[in-house]
Amino acid sequence: MTSSAAPEVLRAPLVVEFPFTRSLGPVQSAFLTGLRERTVLGVRTGDGRVLVPPVEYDPVTAEEIRELVEVAPTGTVTTWAWNPTPRRDQPLGRPFAWVLVRLDGADTALLHVLDAPGPEAVRTGMRVRIRWAGERTGAITDIACFEPGEAEEDHQPGPHSGRFEDLVTGIVAPARLDYTYSPGRAQSAYISGLSARKTVGERCPSCQKVYVPPRGACPTCGLATQERVEVGPAGTVTTYCIVNIKAKNLDIEVPYVYAHIALDGAGLALHGRIGGIPYDQVRMGLRVEPVWSEGGRYPDHYRPTGEPDADYDTYKELI
Amino acid sequence: MAPTPPARDVAIVAFAQSDHRRRTDELSEVELLMPVLHQVLDATGLKTSDIGFTCSGSSDYLAGRAFSFTMALDGVGAWPPISESHVEMDGAWALYEAWVKILTGEADTALVYGYGKSSPGEVRDVLTRQLDPYYVAPLWPDSVALAALQAQSLIDAGDTDEAALAAVAARSRDSATANPHAQVRGSRPQGDYLVRPLRTGDCPPVGDGAAAVILAAGDRARDLCARPAWIRGMDHRIEAHSLGVRDLTDSPSARMAAERAGAFERPVDTAELHAPFSAQEVVLRKALRLGDDVTVNPSGGVLAANPVMAAGLIRLGEAAARIHRGESDRALAHATSGPCLQQNLVAVLEGES
Repeated sequence: MTSSAAPEVLRAPLVVEFPFTRSLGPVQSAFLTGLRERTVLGVRTGDGRVLVPPVEYDPVTAEEIRELVEVAPTGTVTTWAWNPTPRRDQPLGRPFAWVLVRLDGADTALLHVLDAPGPEAVRTGMRVRIRWAGERTGAITDIACFEPGEAEEDHQPGPHSGRFEDLVTGIVAPARLDYTYSPGRAQSAYISGLSARKTVGERCPSCQKVYVPPRGACPTCGLATQERVEVGPAGTVTTYCIVNIKAKNLDIEVPYVYAHIALDGAGLALHGRIGGIPYDQVRMGLRVEPVWSEGGRYPDHYRPTGEPDADYDTYKELI
Repeated sequence: MAPTPPARDVAIVAFAQSDHRRRTDELSEVELLMPVLHQVLDATGLKTSDIGFTCSGSSDYLAGRAFSFTMALDGVGAWPPISESHVEMDGAWALYEAWVKILTGEADTALVYGYGKSSPGEVRDVLTRQLDPYYVAPLWPDSVALAALQAQSLIDAGDTDEAALAAVAARSRDSATANPHAQVRGSRPQGDYLVRPLRTGDCPPVGDGAAAVILAAGDRARDLCARPAWIRGMDHRIEAHSLGVRDLTDSPSARMAAERAGAFERPVDTAELHAPFSAQEVVLRKALRLGDDVTVNPSGGVLAANPVMAAGLIRLGEAAARIHRGESDRALAHATSGPCLQQNLVAVLEGES
């Protein structure tokens, strides 16, 4: 079968989400624990500069630095940018300014946000103070934001031991990115074919191999594949393994057989589960056909067709 | 320290790029890339099996999938087995790796490509994942916000103003009218503030695209190209990741890379700068000591087309193509990565008269 009409390009939401769990070194641990206790710490470099936020190695000399210094919760905006449309997960849900703030007692600036009524209320050089989050866990977001003004109480910058009760030693940084995934022309055709319970591959114009599932290119020749070819539905088991460990959330009794199956007409094997036969009777050369479940978007498993086994020479190139 | 001359003569002998577009839903990454690979191979008459080393640059975070570059390899034709490598960076850094490979004598030719589809995700959010994960990434400062902080620093320092930034944007898109691959061409309004002081016009378009170049050494390069673009030097440098310890109005890493690449030994006539935001061109012109007599971004630059992970490689390719065409004799090509020009790569390309 050769079809020329391009199927509709498929789209689906794709969410990549992960709670990154990170351990902290001694300086980061003291800094983030300090935020939980409403204390801002910096670290002193060999040449006497105080870095806030603190790092464990001097960014100039790469020397290990550990000498902690407490700085004030007030500071000066060194530069800013007004954000009229906050994005998901940013610290404030209303328009705000991104700011770099050099806290009093520090020589470098901290990136955070400033709660201000509008851009006309923000300028480089303005005085700001930390607004602490109500619930603090030991994270940079323990600073809810900055706000215009000075400290409400007197803070004396000075040396700090970095010792706190119950040090925070790690953070969990959740990250979520949303995509709209489109599989491209070749894979769209494959997936559209499956919805009609057809398996559609693409033939390489040079080596004539039929790729299933097709990805639009022949990886051997480096050429675009265009010609669509319906393969199967039956095929031959080229190799297999017996699975003895039950996967979480998978409602299949073990042991079961997972196999490489060369569908008739295909130039390489795809993989699927073998059912309808005791696991210890599955063999290379077994002829199988797909079994679709009600509403399934791809074959649930493959079962024996009852035909005689395929001759080894007919599938040995596909193992 | 004086730069060390390369141990071998290596040149960019061919360059190809896709038409950069806002969306390419109908194309998978390999489908996007493959025509570009064929075009660059056809330009030299080389086949995959003739190529000594293949190196690519791309990002899984753009694709939203792990090991996405392995799929793109299908477009190269990796059988019989090839010598291949990948950087999770712009293709400019893949070109650097390929250049080093040729300098060592391990290969005489290299195929380098970079590609990216920004359309499936939100590139402003995606790029936050390259930031310091302890102090910065949890605040989700997007790429435009960080560039806007840099722009305000420049305005505060008196290095530029909004009108000058608008002029950079307008000049770039005017230049792009001569570039059939560019995504945004010709005059367009500066638009509203995206993050003040940056307006829409100060920011690069979001889009999909791919690019490829072929490198070759010595006489092989002369065989493959009438006027090879010889790489006289190339270097890349990085600065501290914390924005608050850096002077955002300057780019010492770009300057050092240029110095080590030999850019300051003689004037260049052309510069292709990877400046995704208008204000970054101001920083780079100063750091790279580019006078008004240098033709900057005749392609339109990244403000006209910004396929992330290919945009830096395209700067090298565009500079080389001008040498191939005889429009330049000595060109500087620059690529960047990270927020506010954190990492910078500079190459000096020359044509033989």
